[in-house]
Amino acid sequence: MIYLTLFWTFFKIGLFTFGGGYAMIPLIQDAVFTNNWITGEEFINFIAVSESTPGPFAINMATYVGSQVAGADGVFAGILGAGCATLGVVTPSFVIILLVAKCFDKFRNHKIVAGCMKGLKPAVVGLIAAAMLSIGKTVLFPNGFSWEVFTNAPIYLSLAIFAIMTVLAFKKTHPIVIVCISAVIGITVGLLLPLPIV
Amino acid sequence: MKNQIQEKSEKKWKGGLLELFWSFFKIGLFTFGGGYAMIPLIQKEAVESKKWISDDDILEIIAIAESTPGPIAINSATFVGYRVRGFWGSFFATLGVVMPSFLIILTIAFVLKEFQSIAVVKYAFWGIRAGVLALIFKAVVNMYKKSKKNLFSHIVMFSAFFIVAFFNVNVIFVIIGCALAGLISALVAERRAKK
Repeated sequence: MIYLTLFWTFFKIGLFTFGGGYAMIPLIQDAVFTNNWITGEEFINFIAVSESTPGPFAINMATYVGSQVAGADGVFAGILGAGCATLGVVTPSFVIILLVAKCFDKFRNHKIVAGCMKGLKPAVVGLIAAAMLSIGKTVLFPNGFSWEVFTNAPIYLSLAIFAIMTVLAFKKTHPIVIVCISAVIGITVGLLLPLPIV
Repeated sequence: MKNQIQEKSEKKWKGGLLELFWSFFKIGLFTFGGGYAMIPLIQKEAVESKKWISDDDILEIIAIAESTPGPIAINSATFVGYRVRGFWGSFFATLGVVMPSFLIILTIAFVLKEFQSIAVVKYAFWGIRAGVLALIFKAVVNMYKKSKKNLFSHIVMFSAFFIVAFFNVNVIFVIIGCALAGLISALVAERRAKK
């Protein structure tokens, strides 16, 4: 049952993500790649789409993966799949907040919760760094690592875009602007040079 | 008689269910990137305009979002909804915040499928992927800057990184392991302080 799998997979993702936003990337990556649901490139493309559309990253991701996975069986199946994945990612937070809403101060200051948080906060940083490494591999070596890649232009162009966008990102440029500029550079390069892209 | 009871029960609540749904629909529609980007919008809508919650509640929402799992958007919508109208309040607020993304992404997902094979779109995404790498790089650097710089934090951070980056281990196990490590370290610190 693909719908049940989608619900359960995203339920676990919702349950084990702390901090929101990019903190969800390592978990989603793990789930979609082990299930062979979408490719590494599709995943990164969608991070960009998610940055440029409204709404929480988690919901965007669940809706997208759900519709892609179940969408092979038609539009209705796609909508149902998206619904199951989204419901899955929402349910844990919803239930937990309802449970702790009444006695939140007690919950937050409880030594077990505070202790777990002490380990979870740095873990999230390490996990996103690991996700970044994997995304970097897909960006720079789309067909797997080989020394031959270094003899062609695309990797240097990708690195150049990465460098420019990093500077812009640290100058607090809005993510949508970064996505747009990267797209324009990509199109320009693609039209001017016959790149063996994708 | 019946009307009186209804009036009374309505007075107890600070807002209608549809109002909650619509407010959070707007919040979901105008937040880009998610996470903390949503907090200012919630503050404007739920504190300033509707007076459902106070500024102190906003700080509490941030604290909740940090110590419970799940997306901040869902955590805060559920929390505010509960404060305003109990269970159904949280249900409609959460539904409202989810709806815009769900509808927009569903549309995009089907369109994207059609467009992804066009050469220009492929070139655009080739460039965008390098840009996304930069966005994530910035997020990692910022999170590192904000995190505690003691020995324990660094050990957890680097262990989590190495285990996930170089070994094929389920991320969930790593998260559970790190939470346990934090718990043990906190309990040990407490015992030492008692002595």
